[in-house]
Order: sequence, then C-alpha cells, then structure tokens
Amino acid sequence: MTLPEYNFAYLDEQTKRMIRRAILKGIAIPGYQVPFASREMPMPYGWGTGGVQVTAAILGPDDVLKVIDQGADDTTNAVSIRAFFAKTANVATTTKTADATVIQTRHRIPEAPLSAGQVIVYQVPIPEPLRFLEPRETETRVMHGLEEYGLIHVKLYEDIAQHGHIATTYAYPVKVEDRYVMDPSPIPKFDNPKMNGSPALQLFGAGREKRIYALPPFTNVVSLDFEDHPFEVQKFKQPCALCNATGVYLDEVVTDDRGGRMYVCSDTDHCETRREEGHHGPGLPISGAQTVKEDAA
Amino acid sequence: MTSPILSVSNLERRYGDFIGCTDISFDVWPGEVVAIVGESGSGKTTLLNCISGRLDRSSGSIRYNMRDGRFPDLADLSEAERRFLMRTDWGFVHQNPADGLRMRVSAGANVGERLMAIGDRHYGEIRNTATEWLGRVEIAGDRIDDKPVAFSGGMRQRLQIARNLVTRPRLIFMDEPTGGLDVSVQARVLDLLRGLVSDLGLAVVIVTHDLAVARLLSQRMIVMKTGRIVETGLTDRVLDDPHHPYTQLLVASILES
Amino acid sequence: MYVAVKGGEAAIANAHRLLADRRRGDRNVPALTLAQITGQLALAVDRVMAEGSLYDPDLAAMAVRQSRGDMIEAIFLLRAYRTTLARFGNSRPIDTAKMRIERRVSATYKDIPGGQLLGPTFDYTHRLIDPAMAGDEPVDEPLCRAREDERRAPRVTDILNDEGLIERDILSDDEPGDLTRDPTAFPADRDVRLQALARGDEGFLLSLGYSTQRGYGRTHPFVGEIRIGLVDVEIDVPELGFAVSLGSVRVTECQMVSQFTGGGQEGAKFTRGYGLVFGQSERKAMAMSLVDRALRADEFDEQRLAPAQDEEFVLAHCDNVQATGFVEHLKLPHYVDFQAELDLLRTLNAAKAKNDEMREAAE
Repeated sequence: MTLPEYNFAYLDEQTKRMIRRAILKGIAIPGYQVPFASREMPMPYGWGTGGVQVTAAILGPDDVLKVIDQGADDTTNAVSIRAFFAKTANVATTTKTADATVIQTRHRIPEAPLSAGQVIVYQVPIPEPLRFLEPRETETRVMHGLEEYGLIHVKLYEDIAQHGHIATTYAYPVKVEDRYVMDPSPIPKFDNPKMNGSPALQLFGAGREKRIYALPPFTNVVSLDFEDHPFEVQKFKQPCALCNATGVYLDEVVTDDRGGRMYVCSDTDHCETRREEGHHGPGLPISGAQTVKEDAA
Repeated sequence: MTSPILSVSNLERRYGDFIGCTDISFDVWPGEVVAIVGESGSGKTTLLNCISGRLDRSSGSIRYNMRDGRFPDLADLSEAERRFLMRTDWGFVHQNPADGLRMRVSAGANVGERLMAIGDRHYGEIRNTATEWLGRVEIAGDRIDDKPVAFSGGMRQRLQIARNLVTRPRLIFMDEPTGGLDVSVQARVLDLLRGLVSDLGLAVVIVTHDLAVARLLSQRMIVMKTGRIVETGLTDRVLDDPHHPYTQLLVASILES
Repeated sequence: MYVAVKGGEAAIANAHRLLADRRRGDRNVPALTLAQITGQLALAVDRVMAEGSLYDPDLAAMAVRQSRGDMIEAIFLLRAYRTTLARFGNSRPIDTAKMRIERRVSATYKDIPGGQLLGPTFDYTHRLIDPAMAGDEPVDEPLCRAREDERRAPRVTDILNDEGLIERDILSDDEPGDLTRDPTAFPADRDVRLQALARGDEGFLLSLGYSTQRGYGRTHPFVGEIRIGLVDVEIDVPELGFAVSLGSVRVTECQMVSQFTGGGQEGAKFTRGYGLVFGQSERKAMAMSLVDRALRADEFDEQRLAPAQDEEFVLAHCDNVQATGFVEHLKLPHYVDFQAELDLLRTLNAAKAKNDEMREAAE
C-alpha cells in the first residue's frame, strides 16, 4: 500500500491554477460570486475549507501567514489552520497583523488598517446574500444578473417596521461598486466600513458552496440602508478592560455568576500590541501582566 | 388612441399533442377592460399566462406598446426588460392572493416591495405611499405592520391589488380575482376594482368563468371553447345577443342557475 | 482576575492524544486488523467506499478503524484522500449485463432467464440476536454453484426494452460530468445527478425514497431487478487501440420500473429509475433509483411539488460530508456575532423600557 504524499500547501498545482483563475475572475468582477470546483479538504466543510483553498492557491514560500478566528490568533480553529499551513507549506507564521502578507480570517477584520500588498482571505459559510430571502440558486443568480435587489430592502424595511432599527448585526449586506450585492461573510457590521477602499486585496472563499469572490484594492463598498435610516456601526460604552482601546470591537466576558462582565478587545494582536506600548485598561493590574499571560498557557 | 397597448396574433400554445390554445388574435386598447370567459379547460388561463409572459408560447406573436413608444414582440425583449415590465408597467392579480403576496412579510412591505425594486430608498416615503395605497383599497392604516396571514380573504385580495398598483402600471392581468372569495365579499372587491380601473385608466385582461364579473367590469368579451375563440364583441352585445351556440348555452346556463 | 484564553495548540495536541487512546481502547485486547474489518465488517467498508466514492477496501478499512467506527468520519477521510489523487482517464462504462452475479432478484417476473438468485441477503432472516455472535463458533462453508451453471442473465429492463415497453436507455459517448471537478450548475444533467446520488448519504436518500412511496412525489415503482456482483473495469488505451482490464469491482445495481408515460405516436412506456452503488448495498441502490426517478419529473411533465422531486434541494443536501461539516461548525466560536446580537437585543429592550416609562409617566 502506498502512503499518501502531499504537494506544497496541500493542493496539487492543477487545482491551484483552477482556483487562481476563479480568483482572477472575481477580482475582475468585484462582488460577483464565481463558481469554482471546490475540493474536498482534510478539514470539515463549514470550518474554513473555502478560505483554506484560497490561501493554499495564493501562498508562496516567502509569505508570512496570520490566521485569526473571532479576531484572535489563539482560538482552536485558527491554531489548527495555521498549523496546517506551517506543516504543508512550511511558511512563516505570525500573529502580528503588520508583519503578515496573507491573513486568513473567520468573522473579523483586524483593527489595524491593512496596507497595500497584504491579502486578507475571508472564510465564508453562505456566500449568497439573498439566500435566506430566496433559497433557490437558479433564482438568485437571475436576481444578481438583472440587479433585482428589491427583496433585500424588503428585509431591511421589515426590520425597521418591527424593531425600529435595521436588525442585522453581522453578515450585513453591502453593495460593491454600485453593482453587486455581496455578503461580507459573518463579520460584525462594525467591520463593514473597513472593507471600503481598503488598499489590501480582499478574497472570499466558500468551500461547501463552491464560490469565490473578491474586492480588489480601493473598491467602493457600501452597506445597504435607507436614506432616513442610515447604516451605523456598533458603539461600545467602555474601553477595552485590558488595553484601554476605544473605537474597537469588544468581546463580552462573563467573569462570575453574579452578573459580572468585562469587555476586552476581540482582536488579540491589537490588544497585545497596545499593552506592549504601555497602554493599561481598568481591568489590568499595572504590574505582572506578562506573568499572567504566561501562567494561562 | 392611436394604437393598442397589447396586440396578440395567431397565438398558439401546445402541450405535446394537446392544444392549450390556438389561433388566438386580439388587441387590447389603453384603458380598456377585456374579459376572457369560458368553462374550465377552455384554455383561458393558458392564454392569460402566455400573454403575461408567464408561460412560453409555441407560436404566434404578442406585442406590447412600451412607454418609450416601441412596440416590440415580448420575445424580442431581454429578460431584464421583461422582468422590469412585470414589476413596473404590468400587474398580475392571482385568484389565490397567497400566490401574489409575501404572506410572511408585513402589508407595508408587500406594497413597498415594487417601490424598493425600482430604487426607492427612503423608508418614510415608502411607508407613506404604502399607507396611502392601503387606504385606497380600504385597509385601515394601522394594519400596515400586520402580515397577510392575519388578513381575511377579501383583505388579502385587496392587498394584492394595492401591491400591483403602487407603481402605476398601465396593464393588469387578472386570473379569477374574485373566484376564491365568499359571495358577500366578492361584491366589495369587484366594486373596488371597478372604481380603481376607471380612476387610473388601466387596461385590464381578466379571465373569469363568471359572466356576472365580466358584465360588471369589462367593455369587451372573448369567449373561448377548447382552446379557440368562438366569439368576441362588446360585453353587452355578447351577453344580450350571443351569436355562437356555445355562447348561447353559457349565457342560458347562467340565467337558469 | 480575567485572563485571556490561551494555549489552543497544547489543548489540541492533548485532545488528539486522548482520542488516540480511546481509539485503541484496552491495550490488552488485540488491535483490529484490516483483514478483520474488510472480512467481517464488509458492509461498513462498502458504505465507506460508496459514499467516499473511492473503491479501495484496505483504505476504507483503515478509515473505519481510524474513525472508531464513525461512518461519516470514515467517509470524510476517504474523500479527503481521494481529492488529492491524479485523474488518468475515464473507464469505459461498466457492463452490468456481464456481471458475475452473486445476488439477483426481480419483483416484476416470477421467473427470468438466468433465474432469481438470493445470494448473501439478510432477507428472510429472523432478526433475533444470535447467541453464537458472542463467541466464535464454526460457520459452515457455503454451497457454490458450478461455474458451468452460470447462465446468461439478461437485465430485466433489456427484456422490457425488446418489447418496446420501457423508455430506451440513453446511449451517449459524451464525457460525463464530474461534480468533484466542476461546480454544479442548476438545472444539472442526469449524469451529475446520478453521481451526486451515488455519493449521497444512505439515510438521506432512504428517507427521500420512502417519502415518494408515501405520496410525496409518487413514481409507482416496481423493482425490475436488483443485481449484485463483480463487474470488470476497462480503460481505453489509445496507444493500444483496445480496452485493457484494470480489475473488477463489486457493485449493486437497481433498475426501478416506474410510472409509465406517453401515448401518442411513441406509445405508452414505463420509465426508469436507476441506482448504482459500490459494494453491496441494495437499500442505497433502491433508494437512489426512487429518487433518480422522482428527480426526472420535468422530463415527463410531472408537477414538481415534493422534496424528492426538487433537484436543488436534493443535490444541495444529500452529501453527508458537507452536511456534517456545516452542522458541526456551529460549535466553533461565534462570539463576535453573538456579541453583536446581544448588543442589539439590549438596545431594543432599552428602547422599550424607555417607552414604557414614558407611557406610565403620561398615565
């Protein structure tokens, strides 16, 4: 019996070429979902197979890879995907946003602005922004083709009529270059404005649904809204308890069973960098911070 | 009135060897209500679906007079143009309101959908327009956030009518619009329809098996039997002085029952 | 004092170490050998090969062992390996008429040329747990028919076809689609549909097939024939100018003779539902043939109302590797999105509380 051997970054070169063609098409038509022949990957569908295939197709030996899940480098799935590429492609990995050339992400965009030359790869579970309004692929493709997007505004209208607000908080639909309505993947709507005009290349991979789409650098990305109910992002009342950052996305941490809560940066690299720079939040003792981190490992 | 709004000639629709309708030619003029009557199986619904672009035809031509003055065959329009027509310049009122409404979204959104589809992006204005149209079909404004599932049959039908009329279409297709309603409710819906059609100057093609509906709403009638037109004429003339034996039978059976 | 959760890497390594321990179980008990699995859990191996869509009993047995008997996990392992394999070419269509038959039954004719052969079937066993299964009691050698006794066994559908009573098989030399290499576009062609069904989850197809029998898309099926046995796999070698045999595979084929159609010039004919599965699994092959026929509704101008007739629904959901991945991904962290929902809910409730307060004040 022959035991299996694998190519650089797992996928064979034919497959990578096929994925690159899909990526190029996606870049040429921003926001358009390009069908691609998604492969079975050695991790489960829904766990980032689309993002992993895109990353595998674009990764070169000199790349520096960062993988985050929920904004954090140390969540189990991020660790697992980073280990996968460290093993199959032997690339350098980092947790520093600024040092990475390729960032694969699930559910967040880093707080530090991305720069030209960086690529961010989003893991996408359901690429079709119209899916929950119209389950049929045959129908949604026509709707995109003919720019029939009234239905998505019906959803927003209903939110306002029912709740007084647009009640979509993540995977908030955007319109790309005034043409395609696109699902930004389940990032909180807090991150939507970061997509607009970003100097980085943004790639989206949906493995199970076999779709790739893209935003080339400096693409116009507008979150859908009504003139009299404009799009707004979440605002947090307090700064990060650890690094005192404001204007960032915070995770709520339940500290005890008596209603105790604290709020900390969802982007762990951002938080650590700020603490290294000497920022201190109200929840962090002035001394011993490093020791605490070590202890927890 | 220089040309018809809809012109159908030599239309045929087959299902394999079976003829759905054949040899159909007629015109509809702006502001005119044309009733297509016949028993079930006469091909009237097939005909309606063909001319409203919901069903492919086997042969013949269907031309529509566009707002920009063109008078193309529907088959020569792009899919985008056809769908745009359907949600702006045309309306379709189904017998069963559930087929024409989104039952799980509010009445306001049902009426507002067409406005949003053509680019309206002001929530307050969309809501005002929806409220106004609900009023015109005699649905109280405070029902605007209720879903059609909570409405009676008559209200649902009136809501469907409002949803179709909000973009000020010029041509409406109706398939037995009162067919599913209780007799007591039918009269109110018919009355409302008659008022709206004349106020708005709509052209209407209405399919019905109910000659009373045809008499009340239409100026002209087309009588169908086994897929063919057997008689056409002004509604009063056809009902009071039917020429074709089949029409005579239809009229007689109505009078007897 | 709050400390950020760290140490994902160590936790993962430790979890996998524990998994390996549980997989091996009591070290005093000998480990399962692949021969034991392929020999004694042959139907499990067959299912893994069928839904993994790779015919390799040893690898499938390894996968069953590695997955601790979790069939979908084993299928997943085989799939993830299969996807890395190079494609050398397509085989010629297998000829099931020339199958070396182990089992063959028809429900449409009492007797047929070649005869009915029960073969190794659970049918007509009484489902009583056999005390002998607790030990290793000797098992009698089976009776084997003599080689020369193998009569020609034409397929029942061919018999019907000779009489012009069933729709013709569609013969085609077109390159078949490959749903593992091309994204599926809807409507899909029947070759791609059959591929998806052949790889599809046995339980899902079984339930869908069952639903057609209960009226959700009736097809009036008769089992024309089920046959299980070995067929040769041949590949054309252009340099040689003839086909070369690569070996043989065991397959189960079910031809369902279904609801007739037509009239008119063609005359009325039965229609076909087709099922073909690697290994021995007539449950899967039968379910597949029911669903294949139901999915052909458009071809016969049947109204598509039932789930089993809905191509997008069936094809998008029949793959258990996709399904299990997406269902199970819900256990991945979602706290960023959950935070957003929490925030919204609190905002809405705060607005309501404020309204209530104002209303009370006004009263």
